[in-house]
Amino acid sequence: MMKSIRKAGPLLWLSALTIIAALCLVFLYAPTERTMGDVQRIFYFHVSSAWIGFFAFFVTFVAGITYLRTKKRLWDIVGHSSAEIGIVFTTMAVLTGSIWAKPTWNAWFPWEQEPRLILISILLLIYFAYHMLRAFLREPEQRARFAAVYGIVAFAGVPLTFMSIRWWQSLHPVVFESQGSGLAPTMLWTFMFCLLTFTILFFVLLIQRCRLSILADQVEDLKRRVLH
Amino acid sequence: MNTIRSALTIVWKDMIAEWRTKEMFSSMFVFILLVIVIFKFSFDLRVSNATLLVPGILWAALTFAGTLQLGRSASLEVEDGHVDGLLLAPVPRSSIYLGKALGNLMFMSITELIMLPIFSALFNLNLFRPLILLAVFLGTVGFASVGTLLSTMAAHSRAREVMLPVLLFPIVLPVVIAAVKLTAGVLDGAAWQELTVWVRFLIAFDIVFLVVSLMTFRFVVEG
Amino acid sequence: MIHVHGLTKSYGPIYALRGIDLDVEAGESVTIVGPNGAGKTTLLRILATLLQPSSGEARVNGMDLSTSSYDIRTRIGFASHRSLVYDNLTVEENLTFYGKLYRVPMLAARTEDVLRTVGLLSRRRSRAGTLSRGMQQRLSLARAIIHKPELMLLDEPYAGLDQESAEMLEILLDAVHGEAGTVIMTTHDLERGLSRGNRVVILNKGRIAFEAPSSSLTLQQLRDTYWEYCREGRGAEEGAS
Repeated sequence: MMKSIRKAGPLLWLSALTIIAALCLVFLYAPTERTMGDVQRIFYFHVSSAWIGFFAFFVTFVAGITYLRTKKRLWDIVGHSSAEIGIVFTTMAVLTGSIWAKPTWNAWFPWEQEPRLILISILLLIYFAYHMLRAFLREPEQRARFAAVYGIVAFAGVPLTFMSIRWWQSLHPVVFESQGSGLAPTMLWTFMFCLLTFTILFFVLLIQRCRLSILADQVEDLKRRVLH
Repeated sequence: MNTIRSALTIVWKDMIAEWRTKEMFSSMFVFILLVIVIFKFSFDLRVSNATLLVPGILWAALTFAGTLQLGRSASLEVEDGHVDGLLLAPVPRSSIYLGKALGNLMFMSITELIMLPIFSALFNLNLFRPLILLAVFLGTVGFASVGTLLSTMAAHSRAREVMLPVLLFPIVLPVVIAAVKLTAGVLDGAAWQELTVWVRFLIAFDIVFLVVSLMTFRFVVEG
Repeated sequence: MIHVHGLTKSYGPIYALRGIDLDVEAGESVTIVGPNGAGKTTLLRILATLLQPSSGEARVNGMDLSTSSYDIRTRIGFASHRSLVYDNLTVEENLTFYGKLYRVPMLAARTEDVLRTVGLLSRRRSRAGTLSRGMQQRLSLARAIIHKPELMLLDEPYAGLDQESAEMLEILLDAVHGEAGTVIMTTHDLERGLSRGNRVVILNKGRIAFEAPSSSLTLQQLRDTYWEYCREGRGAEEGAS
């Protein structure tokens, strides 16, 4: 146990440094966007949060498959922890997306103009469902199994949904092109760095959360042995 | 083929059980009527051209009624441990899934066939166009395939009535959206290319969900 | 017939079975008794291929449980206190359904045969939900033997039955034993357990605490041994429920 705390140490420092650096880049280094002004800076956090939301879900998906194969509790812990982190970041993505949308489209939730909001909303709902499923199942082995299956089935629909939205967007191009093409190089670097920062943060949080679960398991085990 | 024969036996069993009580049909039927009436009257008061909303209302009604069907079909097996009876038999787990999914598909389709004329009459639209029927069919296949898996899971949990919609709707939403778009496209007279792309997406969703559900079903029923 | 060695079943850190060694010859009738939570149902469900063991070896008729579960299923019949019959189907339809799943040859004739054996021929067209509990148990038993299994696994078959139904069940089990050959039964009822089988096994906390041929024990001796090994267990009652 103490070993892994020491191991996580350098990663924690790295995460702290990258976060500070990212904040500097976003607010000081990156230029102000022509049409939208300063509010556009949310975009860096919004997309990075959304990216982690999806990446965390992918981790849950892989953990689910591995759990069903090996039946080892660790993979259930990884899947669960990743889903907890994922729901937080996805909520952040939805909120920042809304804050960005209001000045841009003059609507808090413009599905028609920005169909990617549909995708992120679905992801959030799936996370809610995942956690609710876990909460309503008593037996630990069954809970791990069902959660794994749900993670797999839910993720299976994501690529196709993404593709269908992309295709729909290509068919109905919107007046204001959302950030994708035409990024100034400084913006691009800032953006990439933010993605990296968030990814490192994700792994730090994941390791901490998993450790928490492992410790909780050990406590339960001790309780059982002492009371028997 | 043993798998198919066993699956059909399960479908046969479900049909007889339903025929005895006709509970499912009557409740789904009444439910759909209520949904249609509620939607029609609430929108009629506000919207001038209610036909714009028909695809949405249609699929909302189908979604709710389908959820009822899935829940009933799953609890028939999971309550009283009937699943054990199926698991004890020398049948592959995939045929249990196929049997239940096929049964669900049939029940939902029969209800839809009864419902579409009523819908057409109430909204004064012809819904019996080939592409709309195709949309309904493909949407139902996607719904039933992943729904059979999830309803079996939900039936094992506490608060099973709430659990099923919570689990099912986020996953099936893309399918419903695609079906709504396709139905709306047909009614609006959209371009052929656009319509066929929606059809292809629906087929792709159906295949993905069917395969994944088939592969993961045994982990849900076996401990 | 049955060879079990070092069988364990764990749910995470909790052990339901801690290393079971059991050998049952063809034609034997073994009764397993033990308090609630001893692992009786778990053991039976593993033998019935409804549960996977965590470790250990288990063979039925030479076939390994984990690899040949499909073939094993055609040869075993399982009945528990849950009736496993569909309320909305008739007695006959229930048997036809399961018969088809087991691919029983000449199903119509076999169904009639089985109904006669369990004494439900007169109620063949009744909906299963309208039967009394005792009759539902009989139907469940009929379902379990429709495919002529070589091994019968019965999990607490007397649970919830009144005196008359329990006695009917006794007669039935004799007939079933005649057909099937080998029977393993779990029960709380020490008296019946002793009279039924030719061997008694006491299971406690996931381990076999004691086993002996039935003929070598009187009921009182069995009771004493039982309380000695299962001091905490207050689940077992003597006499019919």
